Order: sequence, then structure tokens, then C-alpha cells
Amino acid sequence: MIAAWPTPAGEEYAVAFDQGRAHRLLVLPAWFDEGNKLRHFTVEVMRRLDGSGIDSFLPDLPGCNESLAPLEQQTLESWRTEASEAAWHFSATHVLAIRAGANIAPDSLPGWRYAPLAGASQLRALLRARVLGSREAGRNEDRDRLLGIGRSEGLELAGYRLGAAMVDGLADAELPAPGQQRDIAQSDIGGPGLWLRAEPDHAPKQADALAAILAMELLA
Amino acid sequence: MANARALFDGDPRMSSQTATNDADTVLRQVLQDVLGLSAERVAAFTPETGLFGHLPELDSMAVAGLLTEVEDRLGIVIEDDEVDGEMLETYGALLAFVRAKRGG
Repeated sequence: MIAAWPTPAGEEYAVAFDQGRAHRLLVLPAWFDEGNKLRHFTVEVMRRLDGSGIDSFLPDLPGCNESLAPLEQQTLESWRTEASEAAWHFSATHVLAIRAGANIAPDSLPGWRYAPLAGASQLRALLRARVLGSREAGRNEDRDRLLGIGRSEGLELAGYRLGAAMVDGLADAELPAPGQQRDIAQSDIGGPGLWLRAEPDHAPKQADALAAILAMELLA
Repeated sequence: MANARALFDGDPRMSSQTATNDADTVLRQVLQDVLGLSAERVAAFTPETGLFGHLPELDSMAVAGLLTEVEDRLGIVIEDDEVDGEMLETYGALLAFVRAKRGG
């Protein structure tokens, strides 16, 4: 269930349900804090797809999860390249991009974007959390000024040390055109998005709903 | 800073989907979603119910998510310098802020 895949930065792990079946789904996880909150859900969706006869692969992006690569050295472009390399390595036929994962989904693959989030919106949430946290600690920080510092020196946001190139890339990142990928909104799944939860939680019914949508469309 | 401007303006695709909803209803719904509480628990919130600083799970990341979700659901933009401890301290203060924002 744990596989490895090669990147220019070194070997990374992936959660893999691989039985060499016809449908092979690359799963690009949500990022940062949202990635933690959605990881259980994401793996549960993969487990359900496995039961439906669909292979899936959840790679660690360099700098995330079990990766030993420094997050600070990663950029939007490097993650985009690595997502494509993971697609190639696992011979993916489709992609499921979750939240900000949509920013790096290979446009060569058909598939889905679950509640996609633009890089700029992701950064905005992280900056807002930092400003709020600092204010609580009695420090006044300004979002525009923080962004300026981030673009030139990098920035630590919600415990994640982002390099200048990543901050710069995210600040300008609009959601890419969906191309051959279809967007799935949270309202299609039902219930509140798990990324909203203050504490990580799981909702089996939501995993059922997303897996059912994917399986029905893949196996139709 | 043109980029900063674009970054911090609301995302037009997300706005106003429930803009006709009552601010009180939307705010309770978002708090329910963020805190994972039952509808009954959140319905029992009074203007004096303590939020940020009173509920340990409501950390700055969760508050940031809460504000963003309120913006999206009510079609408003909340600037950082409008956000202070007082406005986040109780349910009543947050609701008053959101109502003023919608009326303004």
C-alpha cells in the first residue's frame, strides 16, 4: 500500500492501491493545513474506489507529509512538474485534484477537481490566519506587508515555511481552466467541507458520495 | 500593489450563492460547520456566547477559514484591519459586525 516514486528532489512515498487495473487514478491532495484535515477523507475515498475495481495513487509532494525535501525549496512550478511525473510513473489514466491540488493537476489527464481552490485563495487564507494569530499574540501585522516580505524572502504561514518563489507563485495563481477535468462542488457531496473543521474529522458519507461519483463516471 | 489588490478582492465566482440568507442563519451554519457542533448546540448560542479565546478549537487558522466562508456565503469582503479581538470575542459581536458589513 506504500509505494515510492522518483522525483528530482529524491524519492517520495505514495499511498497506492495498485492491482494493475484499467482505471488508474492519480490523487493530488489538498495542501498545508487543509491537507491534514482532508487526509483521512482522501484515503477513505481511495479505499472505496479500490473496492470498486479502480487503482489509485496518492503521492507525497516534495516538502509535504513524509517527504524529507525542504518545503521552502518547492515552487508551484516544481510541484506541477512533479505531479506530472507522478502521473507518468504510476501510469495514471485519470486525476482527482482536491482543493488547491487543482493548481497542479496535469492538463493531459481527464478527471475531476473536488472543491477546487485557487492558489491565491489558499495563500490569502494562510496570510489571514497569520495576521489573526499575531494579533492574538499582541503583534500587529499587515497582510500586504507580509506578502511583500514573503515574495522577497519567503514566509512562515501556519507552521509552513514557504520560499519566496512559492509565495510569489501562489499570490498570482488563479484557478487553471478545468480543461478535460470536471469540477465537483461540495454541494454535490453534501454536508460541510471537512477542510472547514477546526479539528480534523472524518465523514464516511462524504467519502461514499465522492467515490460513488467517480466510480459511476469511470465505470459507465 | 496591483497583485495584492487582486489577491485580496473577493473571488467573484464564490460570491452571493446564498447572499439572500439571513446573516444570523448563515453565521450559525458556518460555526456549526467549523466547530462540528450539532444544529441544536449552535441554535442555543446567545449574543454572549464566547468564541475566539473561549473555544480552544477555534484557533487562528479556524477563524481565518470561518471568516473566508462567511465572506463567500454572504458575498461580503472582510478586511484584516476590521478584524479585532472584540469582534471575534462573542457571537453577538461577530453577528453585529457581519450585519453592519452587509448593510454598508
